[in-house]
Amino acid sequence: MQAFELLQPADTREAIELSARTKGAAFIAGGTNVVDLMKCGVASPSTLIDITRLPLAAIDVEPDRLRIGALVLNSAVAHHPVVVEQFPMLAEAFLAGASPQLRNMATIGGNVLQRTRCPYFRDPAAACNKRHPGDGCDALEGLHRMHAILGTSDACIATHASDAAVALVALDAILEIQGPSSARRVSLEEFYSFPGDTPNVENDLRPGELIVAIEIPRGRAHKHSTYLKVRDRASYEFALVSVAAGLDFDGDRIGDARIALGGVGTIPWRVRAAEDALLDSEGDSAYERAAQIALEHAVPRRDNGFKIELAKRAIVRALETVRRGQ
Amino acid sequence: MPQMKLKINGSSHDVELEPNVTLLDALRERIGLVGTKKGCDYGQCGACTVLVDGRRVLACLTLAMMHQGAEITTIEGVASNGSLHPLQQAFIEHDAFQCGFCTAGQIVSALGLLTEGHAHTDGEIREGMSGNLCRCGAYSNILAAVRQEVRRAGV
Amino acid sequence: MTTIVSDKPFVGTPVDRVDGRLKVTGQAQYTADTPVEHVAYAVMVTSTIARGKIGSIDSSEAREVAGVLQIFTHENSPRFTQPEADFMNALVPAQSFMPLQSDEIIHYGQQIAVVVAETFEAARAAAARVRVAYEAGHPLLSPDDAEAQRTKPEQFFGSMLQTERGDVEKYLEGAAATLDARYTTPTQFHNPMEPHATVAQWNGSKLTIHEPSQWVKGVQNYVATIFKMPVEDVHVISPFVGGGFGNKGFSFPHTILAAMAARELKRPVKLLMTRAQLFGQTGHRPRTEQRLRIGAQKDGKLVAIDHTSTIEASLAGWFVEPSGRITPMLYSCPNVRMSHEAVWLNVPAPGPMRAPGETPGTFALESALDELAAKLGVDPIELRVKNDTSHDEEGNRPFSSRHLVECFRAGATRFGWKDRPKKPRERREHNEYVGYGVATATFPGLRSPASARVRRDNGRFLVEVATHDIGTGMYSIIAQVAADALGVGIEQIECRIGDSSLPPAPVAGGSMSTASVMPAVQAACLKLRESGANEAEASTMPGDEQERYSFHSFGAQFVEVRVDETLGRVRVARALGVFDCGKIVNPKTARSQFLGGIVFGIGMALMEDGVFDRRSGRVITDNLADYRIPVNADIGEIEAIAVEHPDFLLNPLGVRGVGEIGTTGVAAAIANAVYNATGKRVRDLPITPDKLL
Repeated sequence: MQAFELLQPADTREAIELSARTKGAAFIAGGTNVVDLMKCGVASPSTLIDITRLPLAAIDVEPDRLRIGALVLNSAVAHHPVVVEQFPMLAEAFLAGASPQLRNMATIGGNVLQRTRCPYFRDPAAACNKRHPGDGCDALEGLHRMHAILGTSDACIATHASDAAVALVALDAILEIQGPSSARRVSLEEFYSFPGDTPNVENDLRPGELIVAIEIPRGRAHKHSTYLKVRDRASYEFALVSVAAGLDFDGDRIGDARIALGGVGTIPWRVRAAEDALLDSEGDSAYERAAQIALEHAVPRRDNGFKIELAKRAIVRALETVRRGQ
Repeated sequence: MPQMKLKINGSSHDVELEPNVTLLDALRERIGLVGTKKGCDYGQCGACTVLVDGRRVLACLTLAMMHQGAEITTIEGVASNGSLHPLQQAFIEHDAFQCGFCTAGQIVSALGLLTEGHAHTDGEIREGMSGNLCRCGAYSNILAAVRQEVRRAGV
Repeated sequence: MTTIVSDKPFVGTPVDRVDGRLKVTGQAQYTADTPVEHVAYAVMVTSTIARGKIGSIDSSEAREVAGVLQIFTHENSPRFTQPEADFMNALVPAQSFMPLQSDEIIHYGQQIAVVVAETFEAARAAAARVRVAYEAGHPLLSPDDAEAQRTKPEQFFGSMLQTERGDVEKYLEGAAATLDARYTTPTQFHNPMEPHATVAQWNGSKLTIHEPSQWVKGVQNYVATIFKMPVEDVHVISPFVGGGFGNKGFSFPHTILAAMAARELKRPVKLLMTRAQLFGQTGHRPRTEQRLRIGAQKDGKLVAIDHTSTIEASLAGWFVEPSGRITPMLYSCPNVRMSHEAVWLNVPAPGPMRAPGETPGTFALESALDELAAKLGVDPIELRVKNDTSHDEEGNRPFSSRHLVECFRAGATRFGWKDRPKKPRERREHNEYVGYGVATATFPGLRSPASARVRRDNGRFLVEVATHDIGTGMYSIIAQVAADALGVGIEQIECRIGDSSLPPAPVAGGSMSTASVMPAVQAACLKLRESGANEAEASTMPGDEQERYSFHSFGAQFVEVRVDETLGRVRVARALGVFDCGKIVNPKTARSQFLGGIVFGIGMALMEDGVFDRRSGRVITDNLADYRIPVNADIGEIEAIAVEHPDFLLNPLGVRGVGEIGTTGVAAAIANAVYNATGKRVRDLPITPDKLL
């Protein structure tokens, strides 16, 4: 971790202005990603802007949406009664991630921006197109059991690491972003970029911009939902595959569905085609069909092909779990 | 080099620290509170767990400078006036440690867990303590000790 | 015959650890906690290629970091020679290669520079700025690499690695039932919670070293030999060790580098190893490929066994995992061959890790026997009982004490073995198939010479031995034995251990400490008591019973797994280990050791997998997120009990060690249980979801 300056602005405007005009500056909130990457030698901002004092930690419960300030802790979102009761996939996704201590440090804003866990990305001595476009990708022929099968390119197969972002994408979450001269809203799903030829570009955040809040609109399939995470050990581990799933039934038939996948995509993977396949069906055999569709375009590598079958089964299991819970 | 005040276990410490000093290294190398351990320095083992304003966090992944004004509790602040906290006593009774290196982190983490309101069942305690690795494998006894304290404290 | 004189002995009672208060209050002092005035911080730089040469190493950018005191490389470091391993004389380097001596690189992660600075942050920042250009060669990283040398090592610490009795081929061919299967165990890393570290301080020509160690005398000899100093001028102190599991037993170059830096800078140096460096420099259990060919009669009586192992070894070291070691000894069988082949690679030096040999060996052998039992329709426990023996057929001598069958019987009753699913896939609850498995556990009962001193002062007694407590409970059991021998209360006893200036004791390895040290402690205390003096010292050693008997501990591991086959998830719902380890000094700490061993075995069976990148040689899983050890939520209801038959042939107290046996057999029991649950036989650890889909 190289030396840096730490600035502690008092308000959001000041924080954004500092970020816009200071070369090599990065925001720090919980620090669980920033400090980690600095220790790896992957990130070396010359200035850190501490945003923890900014008034961005409120959760507003409104009739048509939930608005969560960007600085709300993972643990606070996970245990908020409205989230637990009305957006259970989100509570479960947060609780499935990291450890209790990390959830007490990490913010929702930082969570959606977290970088990949690919060991070649995290090793400055390895070839990584995400760190240096054109250097190559050591993961392609290396250890890539945890890597992505969806949204990949020959330049990058790194998995997106966040659990919460998977649920948020399933819930049609919207980011509120403030910049030096304007504010905007963007759907979280559209915010993320595929690696393509430029894996160094992961999202649409522009210089000086700060995520200030995340909105979750209410939706029919949000209340009966779950997050299923499959991993090699029982806790404190990133996903092999994960599924955020929600269903709303009109009598016996599915009126609305939400499915998003984690552990398999270079970005959190919403699968609308699978959701559409579920509409109007009664479930069970439709779940298998939806799972097929969801993994249709998966591109396995030498050692992670098992994720295709595992993801399909996890989708079916998650949908069954939601159905049983109703 | 910035001057700062850190409030630890009820006492105020004046320290001069570069911004890139983690809370863990500030405690251990600058202030001399070595009870909190460094197991991995990357937030992957939980040995460095401390409480910040009552919340359990990992001291290795946060910067000391960002916690001025916060009430920081380390293992050194758990016993009071030489009397062991009942949880510490429970750890001894149940042999909830072997080499002892992860123990400070386990105890402080358990104290945090007890205030979070989600330690009612064995499953919740196991999951709630899964952020603290123990290579000696004392998990069964850690569970027993924490469970005993949950019952005693009625949380 | 025991000579403990107390009528209400502490030995045999579950005394709370006497160092417990220190550990739960954060006052137990580990190496990195040692207060040192004016200390300088050292951080190592390591190579990022596995074979070749350093073309250039440029420290100029690193020196710009404020607070840097010196940067040592092969270009400016003193010359040292790595001594040969000499176990009998307590001198065992972990590697054969001394770093910072030349531009040669023989493994990824090799130490190539030491940065010393006023603060840890400066040392770390500077270390990241040392610029190295390499001339990379083709690293040998796989047994498939034709250039890699293959040898057949002769022995491992005195036990032979290539043996044969009878005529294996003939009797395999004629056997009524045969099995031929291959098993693999992954590279495993010890990962004690405490990373290695060294604090080195010179006082004139005398050197004090604080270091977490399982063998302070070994480190003392190592340092003295390399620095060409009188042994008594080197003082190694290690009162608390945050876990070792074998990787703090031998002596490491980083100790030399820290001492060198301290000497050159005329200042105490604290060298902290990073967690990632533990994966590259402090030993590991190498990957094994084992083949079991077994021939048996229809009733399960073993007729022939051929156990071959291929071990990945290191060009930087000498250690070879003796995975076949248990096979000629464990059961009665007239024809047995055991052989090992080592493949020498550009990987870091492996080293002994909790039950080296027995751990991977029991996985292969006990899985194979389970497969044989299934093939023959014989109950797996009955198969072991049928082949039990009171005679070590390899060493040609009786076992001093062997109660394996009792362990199986007691375990079967307690575990409910009769309720085991009679065939695979028979029992399903919710989403999970249920299965039970068993396996034999075993570990040698070693004993070495040891000495102890006891001093009386005002009603209190100080016992001193250069032995070690690495979580094993040594502080407590010394106090228990001493209290009994002196006829006093345990609160009157103080123990000082982990100090090379104290009476010598062996490595806290090979589970030999209890059996070696307790007799010395008892003898010294009895001597004090009988002589009435204020100080007494005693040395004890094994005698010719070592030639007349074969000393081993045994056990039976029982496991119940629940397998959610759809998602490939295995969980150990219950486990029970029943152990025959002689007299147990402290049932509380022994139980903890057994349980810890079972947890260790669960990690091996289900999740631990050390991976070297086959192109660069880097340990890709060089951190605690990617190298998965069990977390609390992985552990269900596990229990451990001991059947106590004191082994008075081994020593007067009848005690044997307990630290390693708990982990043996666990992985096989789990694999066997997974088979019982699902009908799927996994021979390649770890058993992860992708192997069960």
